[in-house]
Amino acid sequence: MLRFFLRRFAVAVLVALTVLTLAFLLTRLSGDLAISIAGPNATAEDVATIRRVYGLDRPVWVQYFDWLGRAVQGDFGESYFFRDRVANLIAARMPVTLTLGLVGLVIALVVSLPLGILAAVREGSWVDRAVGLVAMIGQAMPSFWLGLVLMIVFGLQLGWLPISGVETWDGYILPGVVLAFSAIPSLTRLTRSGMIEALSSDYIRTARAKGLSRLSILVKHGFRNAAIPVVSIAAVQLGFMLGGSVVIETVFALHGVGFLAWESISKNDFPVVQAVVLILALIYIGLTLVADLLNAVLDPRLRTA
Amino acid sequence: MPMTRGGRLLRNPGFLLGASIVAFTAIVAILAPWIVPYDPFAIDLNRRLVPPSFMEGGDPRNFLGTDQLGRDYLSRLIYGARISMVIGVLTVITSGLIGITLGVLGGFYGGRIDDFVVFCITTRLSIPAVLVALAVAALRGSSFLLVVLVLGLLLWDRFAVVARSTTMQIRNLDYVAAAWCAGVSRWWVLTREVLPNIATHLAVVATLEMALAILLEAALSFLGLGVPPPLPSWGLMISEAKEYMFFEAWVIIIPGAALFILVLGVNLLGDALRDMMGTDLSR
Repeated sequence: MLRFFLRRFAVAVLVALTVLTLAFLLTRLSGDLAISIAGPNATAEDVATIRRVYGLDRPVWVQYFDWLGRAVQGDFGESYFFRDRVANLIAARMPVTLTLGLVGLVIALVVSLPLGILAAVREGSWVDRAVGLVAMIGQAMPSFWLGLVLMIVFGLQLGWLPISGVETWDGYILPGVVLAFSAIPSLTRLTRSGMIEALSSDYIRTARAKGLSRLSILVKHGFRNAAIPVVSIAAVQLGFMLGGSVVIETVFALHGVGFLAWESISKNDFPVVQAVVLILALIYIGLTLVADLLNAVLDPRLRTA
Repeated sequence: MPMTRGGRLLRNPGFLLGASIVAFTAIVAILAPWIVPYDPFAIDLNRRLVPPSFMEGGDPRNFLGTDQLGRDYLSRLIYGARISMVIGVLTVITSGLIGITLGVLGGFYGGRIDDFVVFCITTRLSIPAVLVALAVAALRGSSFLLVVLVLGLLLWDRFAVVARSTTMQIRNLDYVAAAWCAGVSRWWVLTREVLPNIATHLAVVATLEMALAILLEAALSFLGLGVPPPLPSWGLMISEAKEYMFFEAWVIIIPGAALFILVLGVNLLGDALRDMMGTDLSR
């Protein structure tokens, strides 16, 4: 068990280091960073000043190790545009993004768990096919477009919910629903297949033979076992949702980390972009690590893998 | 009488619907220059935001109305189909080449090579794809080719995962052993024994990735960092029409619905292929 934990942890650290390197390389793609920062109206002297001030005149590998050394300590440098520490900027915006991600995940679970169980219990019936169709529709829905349509319907025509911003709690509902759509298909399918497998197993037959109630069989024996993979995929989905928050935060003008990244991208503010890419990747790595460890604790068969 | 795989496929309503949608879009995309009623780039500022002909205030000359610059919406939609289809196909080719190569090598050789492949997949999955695509587009200046390249370099993970696991299953089967005994080369085993036998699984992944690529291109273009204007990408059409959507909802409904239907069609096709094989590849 300990061996599995250590090995899995070592892989996570290695992946994190690779992502750090890729995030550094990402901003060097532009060719000359100083010219990009200076903007189109800069003179040659401006560019030279920027190059010196930001240390871009040093050899690339010196810059890399300097950046790496600071980044692992949580120092992502200073934003060119906001004139503030990048770490502060991200810390200030993170609550919005995390709240949005959690709201989205809760909505996704509330929808997909019952749907998946229902489809599994009525496997092969029209109910099952209808659930499959719902998952299919969710998968094909362009999230940004769904966001705009919901804004028109619930924000403008019905006037029930705010169109943008999260000054009040109900501002999270529409973006949360849109974000949930991206996770509903896979969570529903997984719940369904997990339940089908659980329901066809020997212990369910035993429970039926003992004359236990239908509900008790379904919840205590069936769902508990089907829930193991769902828990881990839910963690992974949360990671994907946070990564996808850039589109939804931009559509709904929510001032979270995704919106910050979007603003910074359009303003050539690379330290911020770099840091957001990194933070989102690290959160994902952390979530998958937790999910894998959780899986191993819940299901001893996986530990040898 | 047992039905053949093809026969079963033709009886599947999902397959028929999906295939019709994709085939129709492909034909429209190919024939675009010959079937558009107007030049999709021709601006007419005197006739801006004319509603579709079936709505109140519509003009029979423009079946789907005109956009904020007076360009014929139907013509733009037809050219947009071209962009979505071409991006979808090219992305699948690029990401397929990368993912299948990595996955087959990892699954076939195992050991250190496989560890490396799994590491690549894990790393790729931890990178927020949309954000990185946006950043690259902003840094390099967005263009049609760049969108294809970026999406291709970001969407190969599922190809690799599926190619790896199916190759592992096939590696130890009797007919592969038989080929080894016949003294053929490694290349022969890979290309003549392994690849043809994992091809159907890869076809399912290809549909999933094509759907994803079409959606991501639209999202990137919507955010202004995908296909550059005046090209009529559906995502860009939604983005340009966004300002007017509270007064004229149809301006965003039409391109969005086209996007949704095409992606649904591609997914239905993949789902039918998966049913035909009786395997579950969804993550």
